[in-house]
Amino acid sequence: MAQQTLVGAINQALDQMLESDPDVILLGEDVGLNGGVFRVTDGLQAKHGKDRVVDTPLDESGIMGTSIGLAIAGMKAVPEIQFDGFLGPAYDQLVNHAARMRTRTRSAVTVPMTVRVPVGGGIHAPELHSDSPEAIYTHSPGVKVVMPVTPYDAKGLLISAIKDPDPVMFFEPKRVYRSFKEEVPEEMYEIPIGEAKVVNEGDDLTVVTWGAPVFQCLQAMDNLPEDVSIELIDLRSIYPFDMDTIAQSVQKTGRCVIVHEAPLTAGMGAEIAARIMEECFLYLKAPVQRVAGFDTIMPYYKLELEYLPEAPRIQKGIEECLAY
Amino acid sequence: MPHHTVFEAKIEHLQILDENGKLDKKLAKDTLSDDQVVHLYEQMRICRELDEIAFKLQRSGRMGTYPQNKGQEANAVGSALAMVKGNDWIVPSYRENAALFMHGLPMHYVIQYWMGDERGSQFPEELNMTPLSVPIGTHMLHATGIAWAMKNRKEADRAVITYFGDGATSEGDFHNAMNFASVMQVPTIFYCQNNSWAISVPREQQMNSRTVAQKALAYDMPTIQVDGNDIFAVYKATMDARKRAIEGGGPSFIEGVTYRLGDHTTADDARRYRDQAEVDAWLDKDPLIRTRKYMEDQGVWDDKKQEELETRAQRIVKEVVDAAINVTAPDKADFFNDMYAELPEDLKLQRDTMRTSSIGRNPTQIGLNAQVTEAH
Repeated sequence: MAQQTLVGAINQALDQMLESDPDVILLGEDVGLNGGVFRVTDGLQAKHGKDRVVDTPLDESGIMGTSIGLAIAGMKAVPEIQFDGFLGPAYDQLVNHAARMRTRTRSAVTVPMTVRVPVGGGIHAPELHSDSPEAIYTHSPGVKVVMPVTPYDAKGLLISAIKDPDPVMFFEPKRVYRSFKEEVPEEMYEIPIGEAKVVNEGDDLTVVTWGAPVFQCLQAMDNLPEDVSIELIDLRSIYPFDMDTIAQSVQKTGRCVIVHEAPLTAGMGAEIAARIMEECFLYLKAPVQRVAGFDTIMPYYKLELEYLPEAPRIQKGIEECLAY
Repeated sequence: MPHHTVFEAKIEHLQILDENGKLDKKLAKDTLSDDQVVHLYEQMRICRELDEIAFKLQRSGRMGTYPQNKGQEANAVGSALAMVKGNDWIVPSYRENAALFMHGLPMHYVIQYWMGDERGSQFPEELNMTPLSVPIGTHMLHATGIAWAMKNRKEADRAVITYFGDGATSEGDFHNAMNFASVMQVPTIFYCQNNSWAISVPREQQMNSRTVAQKALAYDMPTIQVDGNDIFAVYKATMDARKRAIEGGGPSFIEGVTYRLGDHTTADDARRYRDQAEVDAWLDKDPLIRTRKYMEDQGVWDDKKQEELETRAQRIVKEVVDAAINVTAPDKADFFNDMYAELPEDLKLQRDTMRTSSIGRNPTQIGLNAQVTEAH
């Protein structure tokens, strides 16, 4: 087993899927010769050819719409949208066509595609390059949404996503692209969509998060007194999501803090909090807390760390919830 | 040469059968045989019957909003005949029913669909058709993608045709689809039914271009304007485009100049925004009238055949409507079942209980004093 970054693990998964399934096709802006602006697809065009790793015109709606056509015709399209903020033009194709095609044809026409998108802040990027759009797509029935943050999870979930018969939004926390390495098996493996991961077991309070904030939460936990025992859950899949793991944990701890980068209001944290009310009401010792992005436009990078749920803010949320 | 012309283009218009039923024999060479003309005429007439009955069904409250195809049938039948049934793909909008029927779609699907039942879009898979597309101008990208898959798989003998209206060419996705198809050189035929009206907005207010066909010039795509009420011209242009497509010549554009004789849909009243004189002038150009005149001149049609056809059309449409009306109602939770290949547990619970409120839905979460009500 080799140590891999998130970028390396995703690249390996794409390489192996291209190798093992002739129907897989990668397309997007600069994904071919240039290997993607983050080099996630580096070397894949040279290895698999220009017909399978395709540099497209600069047109997100076109990328999404033609991917739908490719998928309808039986290919497994893996489009890349270069940055979170560029999803807007592709939204109509995704929500009004990809998400609905199966149900409106009662499964006669289906759209097996995996839309890869680097998301989130923290890398001093230009405007419109740091958003966290997962709740938007979770609120769009017919698509699945995943956001793995570790190299191991990313490889396994990406292989699952490409093999999935339905459209999957595969969000990649770009802040972690090269900041963390771990052992990733060389062979192909799958992690089922819809299963959360308990990163750290604990008894006093449950933290539910996903994406880059997993690492901010770990940092916050390091700063807590040693006798405080936190259970940290990395949701990994945003829709469908693993409420069983959350409910079991919160029924045990009685306290929960949800952490995400996306804006607070109507974010995924709101849904999880509501579900905790439904499934853990009689177990709760404190109101569920949310530490999230503010209900503002994601600020340009001089202030991005003020916006993002960084470790001190998470720590405060945990402490207040524990003290309730 | 510091200042010189780098690009010149022209748009040609093709008409072979004029509105009086007179054929240009030279241009008609190698196009339609008399048998084919009779076949297309019958298809148009049956489709017209379906249109009229669908209108009545809506007016009598037995069907929802329906968009009539009336007046535009020649575009559908002429182009569908040029495409290879069961081999090529059709990516339709919603005003080319006859093309779908000619490629094997049982007619009751369309009626069932407009009666509010999505099972009417569960087309038999071997027909190679996407469902009717209600949002305007977005589905042409799918046609480009499907054709791209054909190119990737080196299926050299296949092509895709997609239909849309003049209004759709104002949408960004139209241009996205044209650009992608042109860059990737895929076998897509873009067929614009320019029927002069996008609900209440006339073509000249929709665009400042003298033709729709010229929009393809920006993509270096072979393009032509045809009389869309002339089955010969429509057939010939589509044959030429398909031949180019399967020979690796890439996409083509066809503008069929036609007219929406009916309202936009049954929810519309075109008298609010267009003159009857304009409609009357186009009534004279009706593709059914000129095709019938031509067949009579050729001696292959007469009043008796017309009467037989009308009787047959009425019978066919009655059977179709009966089939659609008598279809078993969907299960009340049917809309859940095809959300995903495998339904997530949450959705199964919503489906099985037909409720979203939690108390009583999940038995482990029933509070001490909760009133549990039965799922309705």
